[in-house]
Amino acid sequence: METSSSTYMKGGSFLLQETDATEIFTPEDFNEQHHMIAQTTDDFIEKEILPHIHEIDEQQEGLSVSLMKKVGKIGLLSIDVPEEYGGMGLDKTSSMLVAEHVGKSGSWAVTFSAHTGIGTLPIVYFGTEEQKKKYLPKLGSGEWISSYSLSEPGSGSDALAARTTATLSADGKFYTLNGTKMWLTNAGFADVYITFAKIDGEKFSAFIVEKGFPGVSTAPEEKKLGIKGSSTRQLLLDNAKVPAENLLGEIGRGHIIAFNILNVGRFKLGASVIGAAKKTITEAVVYAKARKQFNQPIAQFGLIKQKLADMAILTYVGESMVYRTAGLIDHILESVDKKSPEASKKTLKGIEEYAIECSIIKVMCSETLDFVVDEAVQIYGGYGYSEEYPVARAYRDSRINRIFEGTNEINRLLISVMLLKRSMKGELGLLTAAQQLANDLLSMPSSGNGEPEGIFASEQKMIANAKKIAVMTSGAAAQKYMDKLTDEQEVLAHISDIVMEVYAMESVLLRVKKHYASDDKPNELYVNIVRTFVNDAMARVEIYSRGILSAIAEGDMLRTYLTVLKRLMKYEPLNTVITKRAIADALIEKDRYDL
Amino acid sequence: MKILVFVNHVPDTETKVKVGADGKLIDPTGVNFMLNPYDELAVEEALRTREKFTGEVVVASLGGDSNKETLRKSLAMGCDKAVLLKDASVRDSFAVAGALADYAKEYGAEIIFFGKQSIDYDGAQVGGLVAEMLGLPSVSVVVKLEIKDGNIVAEREIEGGHEIVHTKLPAVIIAQKGLNDPRYPSLKGIMDAKRKPIEEKTIAAVESRVEVVEMRKPAAKAQGKIIGTDASAAAELVRLLHEEAKVI
Repeated sequence: METSSSTYMKGGSFLLQETDATEIFTPEDFNEQHHMIAQTTDDFIEKEILPHIHEIDEQQEGLSVSLMKKVGKIGLLSIDVPEEYGGMGLDKTSSMLVAEHVGKSGSWAVTFSAHTGIGTLPIVYFGTEEQKKKYLPKLGSGEWISSYSLSEPGSGSDALAARTTATLSADGKFYTLNGTKMWLTNAGFADVYITFAKIDGEKFSAFIVEKGFPGVSTAPEEKKLGIKGSSTRQLLLDNAKVPAENLLGEIGRGHIIAFNILNVGRFKLGASVIGAAKKTITEAVVYAKARKQFNQPIAQFGLIKQKLADMAILTYVGESMVYRTAGLIDHILESVDKKSPEASKKTLKGIEEYAIECSIIKVMCSETLDFVVDEAVQIYGGYGYSEEYPVARAYRDSRINRIFEGTNEINRLLISVMLLKRSMKGELGLLTAAQQLANDLLSMPSSGNGEPEGIFASEQKMIANAKKIAVMTSGAAAQKYMDKLTDEQEVLAHISDIVMEVYAMESVLLRVKKHYASDDKPNELYVNIVRTFVNDAMARVEIYSRGILSAIAEGDMLRTYLTVLKRLMKYEPLNTVITKRAIADALIEKDRYDL
Repeated sequence: MKILVFVNHVPDTETKVKVGADGKLIDPTGVNFMLNPYDELAVEEALRTREKFTGEVVVASLGGDSNKETLRKSLAMGCDKAVLLKDASVRDSFAVAGALADYAKEYGAEIIFFGKQSIDYDGAQVGGLVAEMLGLPSVSVVVKLEIKDGNIVAEREIEGGHEIVHTKLPAVIIAQKGLNDPRYPSLKGIMDAKRKPIEEKTIAAVESRVEVVEMRKPAAKAQGKIIGTDASAAAELVRLLHEEAKVI
């Protein structure tokens, strides 16, 4: 990817330039292999996991592990493991598809993704040849289960403040680790723990710790709000003896491992929650059709239709973002020679290019699932509050997604901070664009050349304006606060909110434009989804931008900004009562989420 | 051993089907298709038979290009070769069986597996017809199968119990639920399937002996009616059952 000949979209550049619909990857572009992988995963989850969901939630002894071994036989644990270590080494789209279909299995999805993601990938990307040979075949087959521990009782988001120490023995043969790690998924039955500790109390480093090493134990199970079927414990390191060759990566470079692995975790989390959202919508549709009140199925009521439509729109938009990003990552990784000794480094660099998009997906999709499960409980009414029905569990299981893999607050800060940092480094022209825009906007109204045409002409214009608003607000904020901007978390988060809406609007529009909106015969359902989402998203963009502008300007300056905002916010409002009823009717007719 | 398994490509059980405009066939638009679940048992048994005796498993299907999806899945489960008997016409069970029997003969199968029935038209005839056409013994609704030295011991379901029958190879075995637990196509299987061939054969047209005249969905069930809550309602119930429902 260093070669200038290979072309790829720079991460975050969607904000500053237009993308052609033909350039993006969408679920409609899956190949036969993708469909088969999705099907085999779905069959496994439907037949082997979902029937046991109650026993899994009760943490029935040995059940989750035996199911992991079973899924290992099909190869689903080794998608990201290179072929030379017994894995499949498939593309990220396949990996996301598996995550999506496993995603509907609640607690077990967390067991699965902790093992295949944060539990296995650190060794894939940072392990020595010996470490890979020793651990990857076992992890890829499910013979061994892995767990990952970054947090500590006193350090979560501030991971580098960890207090666990590692000291090299005088003979240089082993490290002695002391400390307590927190929230280890799979800890109860894991054979391996990827652990972080500070060598000599300062050099943050990673280690592969095995269950059987002296001084390694786990605390009792945490009693959690949701995902009760996943094992979560503390890892207790009491003079734990870890062979020196189990140091993972370089001394003092543990943060590189931690942050890179989180990037991967974030886009997979996005795929996983979309799978869960689709399942919950299907349940809600089926229930709303069966439940009668006032002599008719509640699915016929406008307020229920509105909920179903909103749930489906957000899920469809989330899915569009997830696979657009998968396509970007797969495209950039195509140029990585898998046999090269630099392969891991280049792969991570490729994924890191889209760190902004990964964070966007993490935040938006986890919030989508929370919205979906909340509204599903509401549709079920009193029954939604009963453990007899599936939505109560879905509601509890969803909540963690806004917390782990970097809280949504941390990710919101990351999105705008990364955009600004890349601009300062000259990788993205955000600040130049802001300057340019300021001149244009203040001088005269938009000249009108290059106006979008076609079925989505007005939506494309709205998105272009939302991009201008993002550029204007971030430029204004950067100018006002300079290097103190990182202290203004509320402003940064709102900038990110606008950026996220832009990525979401554009992703769904391009997807539909590519597949369902040929001008001679547009598919009304999908066109409605785009129009409705863009209409609603613009209203949110307006709120966020007013929040930012009122915080950074006052008096005449503020009035000037608001005049510009008003001009950029000019669009015909859509009758979303009609479009949402139509979208809900499509779900009701199909009896499930099938978009 | 030369093992042959026939599979059908049927609408997904979760798909809502509609009757097409001609009133004789379903409208395939928007319908997902899948490997017929009973045929999946047949594929699994064919693979187990190969694992025991070595040899090859050929999977064949009659239909259009879309059947390749089902053939590809069978290959991903582990079949060695696939054959698409290409035919876009509408056939009754007899005409289907004729085409399959021709291919089975040409291939020289030593054992042929079928699923009990296709879950679309539920004819449950093709396996037996093929056996008759080839002059081979057939055992239907098989839930357990043992083959040793060319002898077959098969357990089949009958009303209220099981029946054990003996026969010899070559034979036709028709699978019932319970025979085995079909494997999931593994990722490796899926990747390997891409490299396995699907041979296409054009087959001769034949006339069907049975013609579909009309296809329709059952009438929607009417709302239940409560006539009364005590014995006094009995007379009215009898009257309604006799005069309206006309069942007594």
